[in-house]
Amino acid sequence: MKTYFKPSVFLLSTIPFIIISYKIFLNKLGPEPIKEITHHTGEWTLLFLIFTLAMSPLKQITNMSIWISVRRMLGLFAFFYASLHMLTYVGLDYRFDMNEISKDILTKRFIFVGFAAWLLLVPLALTSSKKMMSVLKQYWKKLHRLIYLIAILGVIHFIWLVKKDVTEPLIYLLIILFLLAFRIKFKLKKPKIKLEI
Amino acid sequence: MKKFKYSEVTPENIYKKRRSFVKSLSFGLGSLSISSLSLINNAFANTEGNKPTSFEDITTYNNYYEFGTGKSDPYLKSQNFKTKPWTVKIEGEIEKPLELSIEEILSSFPSEERILKLRCVEGWSMVIPWMGFSLSKLIEKVELKPSAKFVEFETVYDPEQMIGQRRPILNWPYIEGLRIDEAMHPLTTVVTGLYQKELPKQNGAPLRIFIPWKYGFKSAKAIVKIKFVKKMPNTAWMNASPREYGFYSNVNPNVNHPRWSQSTERPINGDIFAPRIKTLMFNGYGDEVAHLYTGMDLKKYF
Repeated sequence: MKTYFKPSVFLLSTIPFIIISYKIFLNKLGPEPIKEITHHTGEWTLLFLIFTLAMSPLKQITNMSIWISVRRMLGLFAFFYASLHMLTYVGLDYRFDMNEISKDILTKRFIFVGFAAWLLLVPLALTSSKKMMSVLKQYWKKLHRLIYLIAILGVIHFIWLVKKDVTEPLIYLLIILFLLAFRIKFKLKKPKIKLEI
Repeated sequence: MKKFKYSEVTPENIYKKRRSFVKSLSFGLGSLSISSLSLINNAFANTEGNKPTSFEDITTYNNYYEFGTGKSDPYLKSQNFKTKPWTVKIEGEIEKPLELSIEEILSSFPSEERILKLRCVEGWSMVIPWMGFSLSKLIEKVELKPSAKFVEFETVYDPEQMIGQRRPILNWPYIEGLRIDEAMHPLTTVVTGLYQKELPKQNGAPLRIFIPWKYGFKSAKAIVKIKFVKKMPNTAWMNASPREYGFYSNVNPNVNHPRWSQSTERPINGDIFAPRIKTLMFNGYGDEVAHLYTGMDLKKYF
């Protein structure tokens, strides 16, 4: 099971990308295609952030370390979908019109936090390798705790962009807060435990 | 009134898919019907960027929260909505309060085709071949009292049929309104159909209003009451978020919105490579309506 677990997760993680590519090439995106791509990639970014955050609690609940073996990959997929999301907005929607984009970042708070969240993901992606882990030592863990902040910024981004019905982003928020609470509670219970990386 | 474009009968299926356009063209020419002429006219109109949005997009991509907040919800969830029998109450500060059935309205006020642009506050736009008549014609019949300063449109409240109304997303029933001079403007249209057909349910059947120089949400759907009042109505979106939505809600690229760009818009056409276009003041109807707001600070009264 162990040998197939990681490759299977990898293949599953590419499905959202395959779906959107299929829709783009077969013209199945509906009347507002750019918005479809933006929403699809944005939603999957949030989901992958949640998957990433869920691995450690899953390990504690199931007492299986197998979850941790895919955590880095899931985090990188979150970065991948976040980058597609950001590029759709910058490239496809605004055609790299930096004037309009910078105006948006400064005047629209949801774009500001969304962009900030993506920027914060960059150092995490860059330092995700085992090599960087040994270079940064104890700082690595501190740095990578940013993932909680990023996930929360991502949800705020979602809440602020919704016109009226905030049910969906609130569900994301609840899940992330639950995962965060789980981590804090676990830490308090066993203050001396060394969390596996 | 140069923004009005009265075109001839144009079958909806021709608009349904761009890819079938050329094919349809040869069909139209072959039969030498009236539609073939308009087809040619419309083909020329395309180059001006005023090509009507496809019937399919106009009728499947809607904001109509009474049937749900998703864009396809109105199309999917309105099909069993009963629009007959239907009466519209006209009341308030008028000499002759009336209650008209939809049939009476349709027969006493002949509809004409009006190709008008819809700009949604969410930053997208459509060009829609509505069928309708000027609201002013109806107002003339009921004789306004001098005390009538505003008009209020009320959408039907029927959570049995309108599943979106079962949740308090907005303060139901949906209320929209205009200042009297805005209501009397000939471009303010009572809509009874589109693409030369009966108005589809998801577009506000049997009767809606359309104000082309204002953001789409000003144009209330499935109207059951038109009330003339002394004070500015507390309209649905203004009520939901006064910071974001004003009473006037004129299309204005200079008034920023916290979420959507108001300086540009995406024309709805399903084309992934179609660029954004610049949003025009009053949605391009400035020549006709700007005089209504002379001396007003439109950044303050947004």
